Amino acid sequence: MMLQVASDPLMKVENLVVEYSVGGKTIHAVSDVSLEIARGETLGLVGESGCGKSTLGRAVLQLRQAVSGKVLFDGHDLTTLKGEALRQMRRRVQLIFQDPIASLNPRRRIGDIVAEPLVIAGVKDPEERKRRVSEVLSAVGLDPVLVSGRLPHEFSGGQCQRICIARSLVLNPEFVICDEPVSALDVSIRAQILNLLEEMKARYGLTLLFIAHDLAVVKAVSDRVAVMYLGRLCEVAPSEQLFARPAHPYTALLIEAIPVPDPDVRPTQSVPVGEPPSPIAPPSGCRFRTRCPRADARCASEVPELRVVAPGQYAACHHPLV
Amino acid sequence: MSGALLSVENVMVDLPTPRGNLRAVDHVDLAVGAGRTLGIVGESGCGKTMLSRAILQLLPKKAKLSGRVMFDGQDLTGLSAEKLRKLRGRSLAVVFQDPMTSLNPVLTIGTQLIETIQEHLELDLAQARQRSIELLAAVGIPAPEQRLAQYPHQLSGGMRQRVAIAVALSCEPQLLIADEPTTALDVTIQAQILDLLAREQQRRHMAMIIITHDLGVVAGRTDEVAVMYAGRVVERAPTPALFKRMRMPYTEALLAALPKLDVAPHTPLPAISGRPPDPTRPLKGCSFSPRCRYSAGRCTTEKPQLSPAETQEHVYACFHPIAAGAGA
Ligand SMILES: Nc1ncnc2c1ncn2[C@@H]1O[C@H](COP(=O)(O)OP(=O)(O)OP(=O)(O)O)[C@@H](O)[C@H]1O
Ligand SMILES: Nc1ncnc2c1ncn2[C@@H]1O[C@H](COP(=O)(O)OP(=O)(O)O)[C@@H](O)[C@H]1O
Ligand code: SF4
Ligand code: SF4
Ligand SMILES: [Mg+2]
Ligand SMILES: [Mg+2]
Repeated sequence: MMLQVASDPLMKVENLVVEYSVGGKTIHAVSDVSLEIARGETLGLVGESGCGKSTLGRAVLQLRQAVSGKVLFDGHDLTTLKGEALRQMRRRVQLIFQDPIASLNPRRRIGDIVAEPLVIAGVKDPEERKRRVSEVLSAVGLDPVLVSGRLPHEFSGGQCQRICIARSLVLNPEFVICDEPVSALDVSIRAQILNLLEEMKARYGLTLLFIAHDLAVVKAVSDRVAVMYLGRLCEVAPSEQLFARPAHPYTALLIEAIPVPDPDVRPTQSVPVGEPPSPIAPPSGCRFRTRCPRADARCASEVPELRVVAPGQYAACHHPLV
Repeated sequence: MSGALLSVENVMVDLPTPRGNLRAVDHVDLAVGAGRTLGIVGESGCGKTMLSRAILQLLPKKAKLSGRVMFDGQDLTGLSAEKLRKLRGRSLAVVFQDPMTSLNPVLTIGTQLIETIQEHLELDLAQARQRSIELLAAVGIPAPEQRLAQYPHQLSGGMRQRVAIAVALSCEPQLLIADEPTTALDVTIQAQILDLLAREQQRRHMAMIIITHDLGVVAGRTDEVAVMYAGRVVERAPTPALFKRMRMPYTEALLAALPKLDVAPHTPLPAISGRPPDPTRPLKGCSFSPRCRYSAGRCTTEKPQLSPAETQEHVYACFHPIAAGAGA
C-alpha cells in the first residue's frame, strides 16, 4: 500500500511497528503504520487518548526505537543512522511537546532554554546563539529583552507554548512534529497559538505533523488528516474531503462527537458508550469492531487494509461509508 | 429570583496576594431552579472555579466571601462547618476537572462509594454495596461489580470521571456543580460524559451548573448561560436567546475564536488578542476594553453595569452592544 502524495515526500513512514513491554505483556502502541508527508504540507494526526499518536511521533524522531519499519526523512532511513549522521539529520526535525509547562526546565532561564538546541548542535559562538534566540523569540511574539532572563513559572500556559515553539525553531528545522500543542490551552489562547503556528510555517517554510484529539482544531491547520485508532490508521484524506465524506465509521463517530456552538443542533446520542479496548490484547480483525455499528463476521476475522475509496482518500474498512 | 433552588446574590471573593488584593469574583448574581441547567463560560482565570467554590463554601482559608448564597431557603455563608459537610455530601455535589481531585487514590472505588452512601443515607452495607453497583452501571461502567475492588489509578481518565460522577450522584443531590468535567477528556468521551450528566439531571430533576471555556459545550445542553470575564458576569441569557442574539462583544469573540468545521483549512482564526487584565490591578473602565474592537468613549473610564436586552432574562454589561441582526 503506497499512499503516494508526492514524487519525493519529505517524510515517509513505512510499516512502522512500535511496542512497549510492561510486566511481561506487550502493548501494541503502533502497528504497521505507513504515511507520507509532502514538502510544505501539514498532515494532521487525530485519535483518542492512548491510540499511539505520541508514540508514532517519538518513533519518527528516533526517541523511541521501532520494532520494525522504516522512517525515511529526505530519502535517508533514520532507523539505520547512527552517531554523527543521525545527529545531523535530527537537527532538521524538531518536536513541540504536549504539555508546554512541564516541558520547560523550571530552574533555567528562558534565554538558556531556547538556546539549548544550539549548544547541543555545537554552535560555539555566544553572539551567534544570542542572535538566533532573539530572532525566534521575536518571531513568536515575545520581547527577547524582557523574557530572556526570566524563569518558566513567570509565564502563562500560552506564553510557555510560545517559548516551546521558539525553542523548536532555533535550529532552522525543516520538519516539526507538534504533539497536541493546544490541548492544554483554553479557547482564546488556542486560537492565538494556532495562528502563530501557521505564521511560523509560512515564514520558515516548514513541513508539519500536527497531532491532536480535536478534529476541528486539526482541520483548521491541516492539508490532509490521518485518523488513528488503537495503533492503526483508519483513514487518510484531504481535510475538506474527510469532513464532507468520511469513509471510516470511526471518523464519522469522531465528527459527530464535536460539540457544535448552536443550540438548534441537538447533540447526538448515538456515540457508543464503551471505551477503546486494551492495546495489550487488541480485538482480532478490525480493531474498531467492538464499537462499530457496521461490524460483521468478516470484521472479526480479517484485518482491513488501507485502500483507496476516492481520489486521495484511503480507508481501512471492509464496509466503508463511501 | 425567588423560588430558585440556588440563588447567588451579590457574591464577591477577595484573596490577599503578595501583589495586593485579588478580587476573583466581583458582584455576581445568579440563580438556578430545580431541573434546570446553567452554563458558566469564560477564559481561564476569569473566576469560574472560585465562584463554584464560593457556592460550595470550599474557598481557600484566606479568602474573604461577601454576599449571600441562598440554597433551598438557607444562606450557606452562615452555616456551621458541620452542617455544611452534611449538606455537601447529601444535597450539593461537585465534579471537578481532574477526577483525582474528588477521588481518593488509596481507597478502592467500592470503599469510596459505599462510605459516601453510608455517611449520608440510612443503608446497611449490603444495601449500600448494591446501590454502588447500580450507580456504576448507570454511569456506563462495564462490569460494575468487579470495579468495586479496583483503585482509581487502574482506570482510564474517562472511567475515573464516570466514577467521580457516580460518587457525586450517590446521595441524590439537589444541585450538581460540574467544573470543566470534560476539559481533560477526548471528544468522544466528552460527548459520553455530557450525555450522561444530562440524562441523570433529567431523571433526578436535579439543578446543574456546567462550567466550561467552550461555548460549544453549553450550546445544546443548558437552559441558561452566564458568561464571565475578569470575575464578573458580563452577559446572561436563556441559551437560545444568547446564541441567536449575543450582545456582549466578549461573548461574540469567544464564539468566533472556536475553530469551525465549515471553514476551509488555513483560514486564520479570529483570536482574541492579549490576556485578561491582572486581577490585582482592576481597570477603571470595562475590563474587556484593552481587547475589545468596539471600545470607545466611556469604555475606558466607566464600568458598564448589567442591563436588560429585549427581555428581563437577557442581560449584558456593555456600552456599545452588538446591534440587533449582527453578531452570531
Ligand atoms: N488559592 C488562590 N490564591 C490566590 N489567588 C487565586 C487562588 N485560586 C485562584 N486564584 C486567582 O483567582 C482568579 C480566578 O481563578 P479561578 O481558578 O476561579 O479561575 P477559572 O476561571 O476557574 O480558571 P481556570 O480555567 O484556569 O481554572 C485567578 O486570577 C487566579 O489566579
Ligand atoms: N513509556 C511507556 N511505557 C509503557 N507504555 C506506554 C509508554 N508510553 C505510552 N505507552 C502506552 O502506549 C499507548 C500509546 O500511548 P501514546 O502514544 O502516548 O498515546 P497518545 O499520545 O495518543 O495519547 C498507550 O496505551 C500508552 O499507555
Ligand atoms: S472493518 Fe468492519 S468493524 Fe472495522 S470499521 Fe469497517 S465495518 Fe466497522
Ligand atoms: S463596554 Fe466597551 S469595551 Fe466593554 S465590551 Fe462593551 S464596547 Fe467593548
Ligand atoms: Mg499524547
Ligand atoms: Mg477552573
